[in-house]
Amino acid sequence: MTTTAPPSRVRPLPDADTPPGGSGGGTSRRRVIGRTPRAFYWMVVPALVLFAALHTVPALIGIFYSFTNYAGYGTWDIIGIGNYVALFQDDRVLRAYGFTFGVAIVATILVNVFSLLLALFLNAKIKFQSAFRGIFFIPYVLSILVVGYVFQYIFANSLPQIFSGIPLFRDNILANPDWAWLAIVTLTVWQGVAFSTILYIAGLQTIPQELYEASSIDGASTVRQFWAITFPLIGAFFTINMVLSMKNYLQVFDQIIPLTNGGPGTSTESITLLIFRGGFQGGEYAYQTTNAVVYLVVIILVSLVQFRILQRREVDF
Amino acid sequence: MTATRSLTVPATRTRRRRRATGDDTRKVNWWLTAVVAVLSLTVLIPLYFAVVTALKTPDQLAGTGFELPTAVTFENFVNAWNLTEFPRTLMNTAVIAVGAVVLTLLTNSMVSYAIARNMHKKFFKGVYFYVLTALFVPFPIIMLPVVQETAFLGIDNQVGLILLYTVYGLSLNVFIYTAFIRSIPIELEEAARTDGASTWRVFWQVIFPLLGPMNATVGILTCVWAWNDFLLPLVILSDPNARTLPLAQYVFQGQFNTDYTTAFASYLMAMAPLLLVYVFAQRWVISGVMRGSIK
Repeated sequence: MTTTAPPSRVRPLPDADTPPGGSGGGTSRRRVIGRTPRAFYWMVVPALVLFAALHTVPALIGIFYSFTNYAGYGTWDIIGIGNYVALFQDDRVLRAYGFTFGVAIVATILVNVFSLLLALFLNAKIKFQSAFRGIFFIPYVLSILVVGYVFQYIFANSLPQIFSGIPLFRDNILANPDWAWLAIVTLTVWQGVAFSTILYIAGLQTIPQELYEASSIDGASTVRQFWAITFPLIGAFFTINMVLSMKNYLQVFDQIIPLTNGGPGTSTESITLLIFRGGFQGGEYAYQTTNAVVYLVVIILVSLVQFRILQRREVDF
Repeated sequence: MTATRSLTVPATRTRRRRRATGDDTRKVNWWLTAVVAVLSLTVLIPLYFAVVTALKTPDQLAGTGFELPTAVTFENFVNAWNLTEFPRTLMNTAVIAVGAVVLTLLTNSMVSYAIARNMHKKFFKGVYFYVLTALFVPFPIIMLPVVQETAFLGIDNQVGLILLYTVYGLSLNVFIYTAFIRSIPIELEEAARTDGASTWRVFWQVIFPLLGPMNATVGILTCVWAWNDFLLPLVILSDPNARTLPLAQYVFQGQFNTDYTTAFASYLMAMAPLLLVYVFAQRWVISGVMRGSIK
């Protein structure tokens, strides 16, 4: 054993990148490990600079502009928290938040229910298992915008003819201000289920088969097995899926463009769509940046709350 | 000795998993198979719609859309090909996706390696958490300023998009990579170092090859993202000639929104490339994505 103990740890590493000076001794093991070869900095720093330049700097600029009256062109003045005050009194903004949260919550619940069920089915002993897995993952590799145009045709032309007896569908659900969101949820779920299912299947495969064998000897039903074994053991996957779904669907954008483009009126205008429109086309650059800052805070809060609640449930088990 | 043993670790792990599913001797559940088959229609029917509509002439459009084309026409594809300037659009998308994947794999793995091996140091730990915070920053908050910034820097083109995908993917990729790198025994590197290898050599010749499975995962996720993304190209690209596939559909839809048959041919052509790759690489893609989630 003693001979196989890595001798390299004791001897100084003959590393060309080690900063000069003081590396000659190397009698102390701590000192050798403690020194960071300069190469590690070269690996991180350029990427870090780029990251700061293209991610952090824009974010900070955005926060700065939220205190101005910049229109996206021309001159601007600092106006303090005026934008924030106006934002909370803006019906259009509040409606966008209401719509976005509605879609995100419904879609998150539906995606997770469907994908968990589907993962259980696809993980069970069924024929053509891998072929089916392949089919259900297809939506993930397709552009949601392009698929959205196909769905638009189905909602606007096919469903009214197939369900001509149901007023909601006969009159084209996309043109209905009260129910158009349902079409957007449908498309979101259609695509979202693909990825979540794969994550859940991955989670299911971490559960040892022996647990099921033991519990079925004890006479546990399939339903009981699910609540007593499966669900608690994939708790971490459930948490991740819920948090990721919610975060993703709060940014709903690609789905709306092909289906309703925000309409009818502004009834399906999401926060992202509003920021995009107001910021680029409406001369509300600073105002919509303010919206984005508030939106950032909201998303962080939602994610944290979700983590806390869901992880507490994990711990309870 | 230690080197060879640890080299086989990832391999045995995958083999064990495969055996767990392969040795399944339970009876085939035919009822469930039927249920799953019916459910799979939810995925297949929209695709069926896209195919049959693209093959119809405008006067065959009446009806629910389920009807098969009475006379198959490929003219729609020719029209869509020309109207969306398909070869150029496809090329633009491919350049961006391939560029983003290559640059992501090379740089993000490197950053993750440096972080994973120096986690005990304040600087690298700080970098780790700094990068991770980006996971929670929604794109709209940087959307407006980054458009100005890329325009100012003159990278409101494919190059800029490649950089942005590489940078914006960093937080998730560092998260995936570091967990994996920390499971690679450090003895491997030390063996190489005693042979006189520099940190760079250790990374490229020892670590990077061992990252194979993670590279596959990260590559797939990045490729699908960059290929299908709509909002980022929409706001960043200023030159219409740089248009990507999703953008072309958007512009196309705006200009010819009544010409359904040509539009559907165009949609199908936009979906086809990644769909074709997926059909052939299906098992590999799914297992790659699953591996990323198990870490």
